[in-house]
Amino acid sequence: MKESYDVIVVGGGPAGAVAARFAAEGGASVLLIEKRQEIGDPVRCAEGVGTKELDKYIDEDPRWIAAPIKGATLYVPDGTSLKMRSGNPDHVYGYILERKLFDRALVEKAAYSGVEVYTKASATGLIIEDGKVNGVKIKRLGEEKEIRAKIVIGADGIESKVGRWAGIDTTLKLKDIESGVQYLMTNIEIDADNIEIYMGNKYAPGGYVWIFPKGKNRANVGIGLLGNKNEDGKRPIDFLNKFIENRFPNGKIIEMNYGGIPVSGGIEKIYGNGIMLIGDAAQLTDPITGGGIKHALWSGEMAGTVAADAVKAGDFSEKFLKKYQKEWESKAGKVMKRDLILKNYYINMSDEEANKIGKALEGTDMTGVLEVSHLVKLLVKIDKKLLLKLGANEIGL
Amino acid sequence: MKIEINRNKCGYCGACVSVCPTLALDLKEVWIDVDENLCNSCMICRKVCPVGAIEVKK
Repeated sequence: MKESYDVIVVGGGPAGAVAARFAAEGGASVLLIEKRQEIGDPVRCAEGVGTKELDKYIDEDPRWIAAPIKGATLYVPDGTSLKMRSGNPDHVYGYILERKLFDRALVEKAAYSGVEVYTKASATGLIIEDGKVNGVKIKRLGEEKEIRAKIVIGADGIESKVGRWAGIDTTLKLKDIESGVQYLMTNIEIDADNIEIYMGNKYAPGGYVWIFPKGKNRANVGIGLLGNKNEDGKRPIDFLNKFIENRFPNGKIIEMNYGGIPVSGGIEKIYGNGIMLIGDAAQLTDPITGGGIKHALWSGEMAGTVAADAVKAGDFSEKFLKKYQKEWESKAGKVMKRDLILKNYYINMSDEEANKIGKALEGTDMTGVLEVSHLVKLLVKIDKKLLLKLGANEIGL
Repeated sequence: MKIEINRNKCGYCGACVSVCPTLALDLKEVWIDVDENLCNSCMICRKVCPVGAIEVKK
């Protein structure tokens, strides 16, 4: 480890890896630190990602694809199901990943671009001088060092401290976090190319249960439950255990993952003097689906590129780094806003209302309905109140 | 009233760290550190835990 770098990235998940790579490719000297012993483990993710734009960040490799996904089935509490498939039977619209291998591949790509990587290295604080972040206090194998940097990128996940140290409040409110448990299960009956989603308070108050296949007879079976609906005896793990008892009585659990998923729609300001926050650390996840891998890749690319530009320009001020937030908003701002409205609509919905929607949509041809925007178009037809909430101009998304 | 992490239940996911208003919790590699000097016993961490690993210390 050197005494100083142009850019230090804290956190070796997808956001951090991509940010580090794009900064290095833009000519910056970059250090990437990961507090865990290994990149990619433990998994805190349902591992689903859309195929669109993925090839920009990683070379496709069957090693990190657990299952190509061609369809989805949504269940409402009374058991009514809505089946969504592409019109083209060969169309793969998403993957369930092996995050352990995917994350490693992303960090390896960063390493090939010249990024220095250290695992078992945690940030314990920031160097802040005259209101600007100038480096990171790093503890590695019991030894603490101050490493200087012109820009620090916080990619330190949901438990992010980097932002808070820099004066950006990233503390999540209970209504803005899904509390999650997931089992990797085997010996189960599923369609290997179809995901299943179970909605409503019966299954997961303020959240949903997912079955994401990871090959034949194997899947991530998980639950997210809104933080403020969590209570003793009715925690995510209790709901999930009840669910698998009914759905997969012969299933075996071969891995357990816990995690929090930000559903705030993103923190208000994701940059400061000498600092940018990306991925989960900036709460850049979709508030209705909880998906965040693509958001991590996008925000990583933007922050990495802006960091390299800042190094070239010799300007690390808030004013310069604002470009990152502007780019983020022009790429994802509208959808994040829409999906936050959808989240608030969903968490206040009773099971009876959800059943009604299920009944109204039952029998509708849902061929080609594979994204939230497609589903919204159907929903607003049966619920005019939702149309009003969204504002007609947002619907075209 | 102080909190205690039941390490036998905890899956060190960090959900509790993300909601802690006083930076009293820290996710180390495979455990959660509690700084009792910073903890204000608000118990929001107990509420969010997906598995109920945060207990009240007797």
